[in-house]
Amino acid sequence: MKTSYKLPNKEGYYGKFGGAYIPEMLHPNVEELQSRYLEIMQEPSFKKEFEEMLRDYVGRPSPLYYAKRLSAHYQTDIYLKREDLNHTGAHKINNTIGQILLAERLGKKRIIAETGAGQHGVATATVCALKGLECIVYMGEKDIERQAPNVARMHMLGAKVVAATSGSKTLKDATNEAIRDWINHPTDTHYIIGSVVGPHPYPDMVARFQSVISEETRKQLLAKTGSELPTKVIACVGGGSNAAGMFYHFLDEASVDIIAVEAAGMGLNSGLSAATTALGKPGVLHGSRSIVMQTDDGQVVEPHSISAGLDYPGIGPLHAHLFASGRGIFLSATDEEAVRAAFFVARNEGIIIALESAHAFAALDQLTLSKQDRVVICLSGRGDKDMATYMKQMTMTNQL
Amino acid sequence: MSRIQQLFARKKENVLNVYYTAGFPALDSTLRVLEALQANGADMVEIGMPYSDPLADGPVIQQSSQVALANGMTIAVLLEQLKEMRSRIQVPVILMGYMNPVLQYGFEKFCAEAAAVGVDGLILPDLPEYEFVTEYGEMVRKHGLDFIFLVTPETSEKRVRRLDGLSSGFLYAVSSSSTTGSEKNMEAVDAYLQRLKSYDLKNPVLVGFGIKDKNSFVSATKAANGAIVGTAYIKTLEENNDVNSSTAAFLKNMLE
Repeated sequence: MKTSYKLPNKEGYYGKFGGAYIPEMLHPNVEELQSRYLEIMQEPSFKKEFEEMLRDYVGRPSPLYYAKRLSAHYQTDIYLKREDLNHTGAHKINNTIGQILLAERLGKKRIIAETGAGQHGVATATVCALKGLECIVYMGEKDIERQAPNVARMHMLGAKVVAATSGSKTLKDATNEAIRDWINHPTDTHYIIGSVVGPHPYPDMVARFQSVISEETRKQLLAKTGSELPTKVIACVGGGSNAAGMFYHFLDEASVDIIAVEAAGMGLNSGLSAATTALGKPGVLHGSRSIVMQTDDGQVVEPHSISAGLDYPGIGPLHAHLFASGRGIFLSATDEEAVRAAFFVARNEGIIIALESAHAFAALDQLTLSKQDRVVICLSGRGDKDMATYMKQMTMTNQL
Repeated sequence: MSRIQQLFARKKENVLNVYYTAGFPALDSTLRVLEALQANGADMVEIGMPYSDPLADGPVIQQSSQVALANGMTIAVLLEQLKEMRSRIQVPVILMGYMNPVLQYGFEKFCAEAAAVGVDGLILPDLPEYEFVTEYGEMVRKHGLDFIFLVTPETSEKRVRRLDGLSSGFLYAVSSSSTTGSEKNMEAVDAYLQRLKSYDLKNPVLVGFGIKDKNSFVSATKAANGAIVGTAYIKTLEENNDVNSSTAAFLKNMLE
């Protein structure tokens, strides 16, 4: 039997990537999750509540929208999976709903999370408010300054936002601080990681919660086209949670091209980039073996992307395996290409998309597409949070 | 018998292991600190290899790591600095660090070169048991290095015994589940160490995390073979960059 790309082995490895590279202080927390996550997720009462919450609270299924004008422009068929229409405006809520239900069943009273741009922080603060649980969100000091509206949203939802002041004061350091908090609270706290990164079982657990994206897509495509399968699925990748969800149920379908788009920042060779597979090497970051942007001496480097959600020097081990095995096609889009794509989508489809998602759309210009193609793009989030960046662009080009 | 085993054969209580960060406070202070520690009564020294993302460490050690990295410290530089240390240094020397820089350097090359300059053991807190058993333990042993696992108050007896079995040199008992440099409840620590003692383990036990002065050292070593002090020493070096005088004062305060 051919092994599935979807599932890690017992130790949490996808090929050579994954595992749980954690200090002993984290062992009780991580082992509890490893031994219980599958059992809890398979309980009928869990499944029922998860499905109800996704339907009645998040607003799922999210539509699969045939993008007529984009399709005409690229002379192919393009469908958008509208994760931007979820409650809180992005795919992140699929995972936080799943993890809060899991945390409840583990008897945890205190929730911690890391956030970069604040989307995962808001999605975590949201589910904590919903369940009446204490919520502490770690956020880099620099990101707190850059993302004031999301910081305010988290405060309004009752979360405590703690500034990560160590290291480079961004997402990577917020993650370090959240892990340290977890080390210091070995029994009462659940850490809701926002992406398919971290020690086993997080990459698998988060991928399963996000896999609803591709599960719905198959049904919706079947209803619209008579076939469950697209020819290509495209998603942006930072840590890679929306991509994991978009790819999941297509990974073992050999006819479907899996296309991941990383953030090239100012350009792959500019020194200001976040294209991990293009620039990184195998290494260990935040508890798993994956591909990591680092110096020759193994120090993790600070990445750059205009999109805070893609501004991460690693990538989930599932994606590292898709890259290394050749199952996934990894492209990258620069800041400029992403902004251009965002304006193109706004003016051709009437949708203001998040900067993260814009990277996936920018990849359309790099692909050879034909009339036989059926392309699904994961529209992972809406662009409200990025209006400051878009306004700057319009000011520069005299459109404001 | 390794240098660490010889130490514990000779001295079974109040063993003091001092941690410091390589390349801190200055790039070339590594050896001077090591000599000062030996001269002022440290039984063993643990040298931290600085890393950009030290998950198990608190802010003081992370800050010292950042200073060391900015000073230009790398594994290659450190091994070069330690090349001649055995002409002057008799105490056991342990390298502590995180997996990523070691993997980049080459795990086996690292073990071989560390052993060649006279390093006695390794502490790599984010190298898990599974990977140690299946991949890396053999390379560590092949080059004659001791490998020290950590245990915490939450580690089950079964797991403590397994990690003790995999360790050589000593077992590192983290005094409570926390990062380095946190405040500790010494009574709870004592109960935990008594429990470890009752297991009658293969290795001596050194307790670390939260040891900062004579009181905590004496209290911690009641039921353990000794203790590891790190954060408090780094703070001292931060306040007084003169390695000799600050080390002498610090160890005098710990030991007398």
